[in-house]
Amino acid sequence: MSAATNGVNGKGKLLEVNDLKMHFPITKGIVFQRQVGAIKAVDGVSFDLYSGETLGLVGESGCGKSTTGRAILQLYRPTDGQVVFEGKDLVQTKGEELRRMRRRMQMIFQDPYASLNPRMTVGSIVGEPLDVHGIGSSRKERQERVQELLKIVGLNPYFVNRYPHEFSGGQRQRIGVARALAVNPSFIVADEPISALDVSIQAQVINLMEDLQEELGLTYLFIAHDLSVVRHISDRIAVMYLGKIVELADRDELYRNPMHPYTQALLSAVPIPDPKIENQRKRIILEGDVPSPANPPKGCNFCTRCPRVMDICREQEPTFKDYGDGHYAACFLHE
Amino acid sequence: MPKLLEVKNLKTQFFTQDGVVHAVNGISYIVNEGETVAIVGESGSGKSVGVMSLIRLIPQPPGKIVDGEVWFDGQDLLKLSEDELRRVRGNRIAMIFQDPMTSLNPVLTIGRQITEALELHLNMSREQSRKRAVELLELVGIPGAASRLDDYPHQFSGGMRQRVMIAMGLSCNPQLLIADEPTTALDVTIQAQIVDLVNRLKDELGMAIIWITHDLGVVAGMAQRVIVMYSGFIVEEAHVDEIYAQPRHPYTLGLLRSIPRLDLGRQKRLVPIEGLPPDLLEAPSHCPFAPRCSFAVDKCWEANPPLEPVGPNHKAACWVDISGVKVIADVKETEVAA
Ligand SMILES: Nc1ncnc2c1ncn2[C@@H]1O[C@H](COP(=O)(O)OP(=O)(O)OP(=O)(O)O)[C@@H](O)[C@H]1O
Ligand SMILES: Nc1ncnc2c1ncn2[C@@H]1O[C@H](COP(=O)(O)OP(=O)(O)OP(=O)(O)O)[C@@H](O)[C@H]1O
Ligand SMILES: [Mg+2]
Ligand SMILES: [Mg+2]
Repeated sequence: MSAATNGVNGKGKLLEVNDLKMHFPITKGIVFQRQVGAIKAVDGVSFDLYSGETLGLVGESGCGKSTTGRAILQLYRPTDGQVVFEGKDLVQTKGEELRRMRRRMQMIFQDPYASLNPRMTVGSIVGEPLDVHGIGSSRKERQERVQELLKIVGLNPYFVNRYPHEFSGGQRQRIGVARALAVNPSFIVADEPISALDVSIQAQVINLMEDLQEELGLTYLFIAHDLSVVRHISDRIAVMYLGKIVELADRDELYRNPMHPYTQALLSAVPIPDPKIENQRKRIILEGDVPSPANPPKGCNFCTRCPRVMDICREQEPTFKDYGDGHYAACFLHE
Repeated sequence: MPKLLEVKNLKTQFFTQDGVVHAVNGISYIVNEGETVAIVGESGSGKSVGVMSLIRLIPQPPGKIVDGEVWFDGQDLLKLSEDELRRVRGNRIAMIFQDPMTSLNPVLTIGRQITEALELHLNMSREQSRKRAVELLELVGIPGAASRLDDYPHQFSGGMRQRVMIAMGLSCNPQLLIADEPTTALDVTIQAQIVDLVNRLKDELGMAIIWITHDLGVVAGMAQRVIVMYSGFIVEEAHVDEIYAQPRHPYTLGLLRSIPRLDLGRQKRLVPIEGLPPDLLEAPSHCPFAPRCSFAVDKCWEANPPLEPVGPNHKAACWVDISGVKVIADVKETEVAA
């Protein structure tokens, strides 16, 4: 993809994802496994990420958001494509060098209840990445770093010897954030970091992430399905559907001027906590269900549900192009 | 509108190893015929236990309904025999649960799960019930309904399973449908489909609905009345327009303030509710929200305020008058979303 020449606020490019594909094989047979197909979880995704920005990634369940995040961090080795981080293609990087690069990139997981080992103390959970990457030689140094991290995320440093079950969901998510920050990353993939939390707690974690970004200059890929939250935290937003990005634009531009019918439907479906507005809104109700990524339709992936589908959409795939000022979309309505 | 359901002082507790969990602490409310009442509140506030107690679906032990009355059509459901209650449940009162996968039987076909209830409650023949099942699946928008009757739950997507649950809930033309977070696990586009469907069916079939959710956005689009629960108490109850325009309990206000809104200009910073959810092992002698409340005064620590009228169609349980406080303080009302 032809990148915008200067990034958000004139900042440099931190990450470049080119035509990323992650296909999972479908196999049959018990003794002799043979591949009978593939789940195209991520099927040709391209975008740039600029230093210090937050890119929101939205789309419905199963469209490939988490897989995209994992393939970028090389937690899955991509089937195809490039992930250029600080000038180096991670897909082609291996061994010790990859391990060193990985230190710069961390992940925060969706479920604060499942993602923390219940038998480890908070201190060892937060300190573990330090050991893995051989940082903090002495015990004392390590201890100090862990306490500092707990303070950064707004937890009492005296909590180091406690276990996850002694904490609330919001506090557990803070522990997850502290752990991600342990090795001084510059880039964080936050995979639905607030979805499992109560509404009243969500705002605490979002504020924390915003503060940390400001203080530490972090770059976020923020995966979520709540469009209100995504607009709040993101500078730019990418909308994904069935393994592909269908639209990408600046936050306000996307909400003001959505080009893709899927983005339009998604925005119109977000409930608004005000009965006066809610009772007057016209919703675009999508018919039908999301097709399987093992068997995507011919043509545009959205053609089976699109309220504005045309003949060409069932034949050819639209190209993902820049329609000006970094507003990308893949739709024949605009071609 | 005539009264359909009246809950009086319902109190449910769980007797566990750690002590008594005060899940529902004496709640009272009314549901009128043909009305949608939403119950909102955070995780653990007693929403599910509260409605499951109505039809005695809580596990006993450790659970126990320790007090209260549930009047439905001239009888107290809590006094009925198990047999009498079974005739009400799934028939005149239907319930849709939080997780469709755990409430659909994985080894029975979708068709069989619907026809079973029809044969049991409405004495239909096999033939009649299959015909009705197809109608119901069509009603909830399952494409090719007749050909999907012999499929198993795992062959349906999450949204379709939820629609099947609704079809089952509607199968016996209930007067009251209780839906416990029926859309929480679903995507917004599918959620919009379901909300649209339920609103339409309600008008067509004239049933009343109790809709449990923690999403204040969904509530705004479908409920006439809203009940807010905190720590096993009803802390506020009002007409839907009232509760959004002028909440009278600081917890409701906090909820409305802590969510970013798509229809307004972007807030600089969200306003979270500080502190932690309450510990239900203690029966509070003070206002349960006091530890997290920025409006709390001495009195809030001395006695738990009762739920009392604060205006027409509006009740709140709070010692402080917050009626002058604006819900949206620091936002420019600029862009309005599509
Ligand atoms: N390890 C795997 N092996 C096979 N298929 C997988 C694997 N991981 C994900 N998938 C499939 O890839 C698709 C995309 O999954 P992914 O988890 O990325 O979706 P998502 O957008 O994160 O969804 P959600 O919002 O539900 O988290 C799904 O169809 C999923 O079933
Ligand atoms: N079987 C049980 N044994 C012990 N405690 C229970 C049991 N079931 C529920 N509780 C407790 O009762 C309280 C109320 O639970 P309930 O399920 O009604 O919450 P809820 O408001 O529906 O929450 P959510 O939004 O998470 O569904 C909680 O503290 C819960 O832990
Ligand atoms: Mg995911
Ligand atoms: Mg519940």
